[in-house]
Amino acid sequence: MKDKVLMKGNEALAEAAIRGGCRYYFGYPITPQNEVPAYMSKRLPEVGGVFIQAESETASINMVYGACASGARAMTSSSSPGISLMQEGISYIAGSEVPAVIINVMRGGPGLGNISPSQADYLQSVKGGGHGDYNVIIFAPSTVQELADYAYDSFDVAFKYRNPVMILADGVLGQISEGVILPEFKEIKDAPEWALGKGKERNIIRSLFLNPEDRLTTHNIHLQEKYRRIEKEIQYFEEYKCEDAEYLIVAYGTTSRICKSAIDNMRNNGIKIGLFRPISLWPFPYAKLKENAASKETLFVVEMAYNQLEQDVRIGVEGAAPIERLNKLGGSVFNEEEIVDFISNSITLKGNKYVG
Amino acid sequence: MSDKKYLYKKTAVLTDKSSHYCPGCSHGLVHKMLAEIIEEFGIQKKTIFVAPVGCAVLLYDYIDCDTLEAAHGRAPASATGIKRSNPDNVVIAYQGDGDLLAIGMAETIHAANRGENITVIFINNAIYGMTGGQMAPTTLVGQKTLTTPLGRNPSNEGYPIGACELLNTLTAPYFIERCKVNSSKTAIYTKKVLKKAITNQMNNKGYSFVEILSNCNTNWGMTPLDANKWIDENVEKIFPVKNFRDGDAK
Repeated sequence: MKDKVLMKGNEALAEAAIRGGCRYYFGYPITPQNEVPAYMSKRLPEVGGVFIQAESETASINMVYGACASGARAMTSSSSPGISLMQEGISYIAGSEVPAVIINVMRGGPGLGNISPSQADYLQSVKGGGHGDYNVIIFAPSTVQELADYAYDSFDVAFKYRNPVMILADGVLGQISEGVILPEFKEIKDAPEWALGKGKERNIIRSLFLNPEDRLTTHNIHLQEKYRRIEKEIQYFEEYKCEDAEYLIVAYGTTSRICKSAIDNMRNNGIKIGLFRPISLWPFPYAKLKENAASKETLFVVEMAYNQLEQDVRIGVEGAAPIERLNKLGGSVFNEEEIVDFISNSITLKGNKYVG
Repeated sequence: MSDKKYLYKKTAVLTDKSSHYCPGCSHGLVHKMLAEIIEEFGIQKKTIFVAPVGCAVLLYDYIDCDTLEAAHGRAPASATGIKRSNPDNVVIAYQGDGDLLAIGMAETIHAANRGENITVIFINNAIYGMTGGQMAPTTLVGQKTLTTPLGRNPSNEGYPIGACELLNTLTAPYFIERCKVNSSKTAIYTKKVLKKAITNQMNNKGYSFVEILSNCNTNWGMTPLDANKWIDENVEKIFPVKNFRDGDAK
């Protein structure tokens, strides 16, 4: 049995990434993720890796592009405004089918916003973000343990599909300290055959397709076939007290944890309510959500954003249940009571039998 | 059997594909010289090019080496990522003036300032070629382009930027030189400079930068011969051809 250690989310994800094989980190300072580059700058040289503080987020993502294109396990991390700057590079990485791991510790926006936790980059992350038809695999952890676990596994996923993977965290997860069991150091095999300088044959990593014989249409069809395969193979979610539930909350990340407490509280008052938590936000577990939504009185979408997660919930539910929204805007976090109050009141207004 | 003796043969590092470059353009000549050096050094399998956005984006169609196609201006950042994770490979970033000095200025300066052990080849033709002849950071004062139809006017567009002069203010770069390839004599000399810039990297000396004054006869609206003459008579006056720094000479 491995020991549990107390770690800050940002540091736990950095250590877990190293244990998952990451040896190259390129990043630019931005709050609330500054512990990631600070940790990497100290830790990577100890394991024979390289840390570079880049001149910008734009440079960071293009350094990751170069390193991963030559088969190295490299990553970057940032927070919302910085992730916006990286979108062009992420599009190139997706278009060139290069693996990469990107961490977004979301903060309030738009613009410079603030440095508090937020979930307002949902649509940017799951619907593309940059130019062109492409998808980034998005994992949304809700605890420091999960943050570490997904940081650890993301490199395998990224290299398996030759696709960028983003971990969508928020300021709470980055800053909170929790007990975490760190995974074992992973042994990384030789770089893949397709990588620059690593192939028996010549390798070109590119996203430009001008000639009739290698048309961009064909390349896009190939990408879409890959995305359909990923959709079949990655469907991560958690169901909490859903078996007998008459009402359902849909929430992810930090918000989902607060919702769990609210659910326990409401269940003490006799409200049969559960949680559906998508963990892979792309691919979104639409089918499983619909299955859960089918027999429910009402779905409550709770997010630190306005109508972002909800758009995917509506796609998944396809009208199978009424949907209500509870939003927290501008980089602030829900408390349990306001979720309990909102849902209880909503149920009461509908003349529900449980709340008087 | 033939007893023909070749005095000159196309290097095997160049593919057989016909180039999309305009007749007389300097890109073809610089590609050929780089390919010949790579063959001579026996480093074809270990050389990784970083292609820019611009006319040379299709560099990998002609030079038979592993290549990364970079985003516009980001070649030095991507070259950094490649080189840091593959220190034994020879990494060559090949860029034009818009790529290197406009959109990619930050990446250019900071890769040089870190002393990245890479070789940067800078094709300065004082114009945006691929997009049809717009003003570049190196466009001369008074030079007419698609976006300076009356000629570059310093009161509105500022002055041409000297890449070598700028980089020479930094401590880290090992080698900085500006060359031209508008005659056999200058081309032969430039090839020696390119060899040196690649040798520096192979000897782990650090950042080497070679600027090559090039023509863009199509967008300059000149014949190739007139364009080459214009380099001597006008471009070189603003961008003096010389060695700015040679770490070996210290």
